[in-house]
Amino acid sequence: MTDLAWLDAAVTGARPQVMAALLRYFRDLDRAEEAFQEASLRALKSWPQNGPPRDPVAWLIMVGRNVAIDALRREQKSETLPDEASLSDLDDAEGALVERLDDGHYRDDILRLLFICCHPDLPSTQQIALALRVVSGLTVGEIARAFLVSEAAMEQRITRAKRRVAEAQVPFETPGPIERSERLGTVAAMIYLIFNEGYSASGGDVHVRLPLCEEAIRLARLLLRLFPSEPEILGLASLLLFQHARCAARLDGDGAIVLLENQDRGLWNKALIAEGSALIDKAMRHRQPGPYQIQAAIASLHSTAERFEDTDWTQIDLLYSTLERLQPSPVVTLNRAVAVSKVRGAEAALAMIEPLAPKLSGYFHFFGLKGALLSEIGRADEAREAFDRAIALARTAQEAQHIRGHLDRLARDSRKEGASPPR
Amino acid sequence: MKYAVLCYHSENVVCAWSKDHDDEVMAKLAVVQERWAKAGKLGPVARLMPTTAATTLRKDHEPSVVLDGPFAETKEQLLGFFVIEASGLEEALAFAKELAEVNPGGAYEVRPIGYFVDWSANS
Repeated sequence: MTDLAWLDAAVTGARPQVMAALLRYFRDLDRAEEAFQEASLRALKSWPQNGPPRDPVAWLIMVGRNVAIDALRREQKSETLPDEASLSDLDDAEGALVERLDDGHYRDDILRLLFICCHPDLPSTQQIALALRVVSGLTVGEIARAFLVSEAAMEQRITRAKRRVAEAQVPFETPGPIERSERLGTVAAMIYLIFNEGYSASGGDVHVRLPLCEEAIRLARLLLRLFPSEPEILGLASLLLFQHARCAARLDGDGAIVLLENQDRGLWNKALIAEGSALIDKAMRHRQPGPYQIQAAIASLHSTAERFEDTDWTQIDLLYSTLERLQPSPVVTLNRAVAVSKVRGAEAALAMIEPLAPKLSGYFHFFGLKGALLSEIGRADEAREAFDRAIALARTAQEAQHIRGHLDRLARDSRKEGASPPR
Repeated sequence: MKYAVLCYHSENVVCAWSKDHDDEVMAKLAVVQERWAKAGKLGPVARLMPTTAATTLRKDHEPSVVLDGPFAETKEQLLGFFVIEASGLEEALAFAKELAEVNPGGAYEVRPIGYFVDWSANS
């Protein structure tokens, strides 16, 4: 790694901490961003000459703060009255600042920064875009590419989100325990959204979306360092690591989806799987199960099975039934049905998903699974009907192509039996 | 004389390496290790998982307490380490607790190892 690459990685890594502190001083996202920008530029000049500072985070906060204070002073000379509120915390001595970095309050700064990005008024796509811009420091162009929109449109989306956030006025006092735990839950959900945006093949080239998964993992690790004893944060980080570990095996050379059962398990990232296992192991000690932990436990059973045939479906069925209790949703039941089909057969799974039909009538995976279960027990005509519905609901070419594979197999089978004419 | 060479770096930076870059660094390190292993001088090499995977047993209390996260005090120094093959965190903690009974004070950080080669066993 070159010196410049090291510098870049150090500045990027420090960004959430530095932005959180600058936001606390200046209470304004744009001003904090400008200050960070300027501090990074100065780091670029100073670090290669003078060597990197012992604590890059403290260095960037200090320089960013001074730069922004200078800017404020200049503005105030040209404007009428000084704004006392915007200068509230600026009398902190330098020593106190460095001390603050180890202080428990500091984690509330970062939590606040993340929380500000997931204001409930913002649609989820705006939450993600804002967090990627402000917290992770991705460029507008990078975010626009990941979301398949023009740079101008993304710029506008982020500006609008920032305005909403400024109007919402998130309080800057240290949150109480209940508020803190609520913020933590909201932020965890946002990080999960970022990951899913990168993970789900809802469009776009996988290579531009991978960074979203990596960002989500980085944020989950950051949150975990701040809140090391929260079982659900351990669960979230573990879940993301397990899912991400499989990314190299999820698409084939042509970009088509490879189902779990057909994936080359040799391509799975063993290091990430081991780390995910270590984290879920830690979470379980708390005996406070939650949705992220259960999903991580399910992912862990998939990830540690040597072959698809070795998957512990009974345990997965059990975990899904717990998840259904904690977080009832037709999609959870649909996922459980896959495990049920392995343990108790396709008939039992079909009986389980039949009641979901009204709620999932627009859901691609419902008809995909229904078709697969029906064809498994030889009800070919109904299977074809389900697969046709699935194709109509597919969001990407890969999804549609996958279902067409099913239909081709059905057609081949029926030709072999000579039961019905080929389609 | 045996020496332990301890490795320090910014976790933020290293965890952000791409898999390709990480593999590249590990491959370069392996070349150096092999050279020293051939001379019969190298023992076990371990790469620890990130500190987020750590659990700490504080044994300056009675009874000792288990805390999530790495050992973070700066007034105590790293004095030694053990490597154990355990079925999971519970068993590793059970081992640490047994050690703590006969050696109270300070702390044991229990951290899973992500990469391990015992060069002395391979030669």
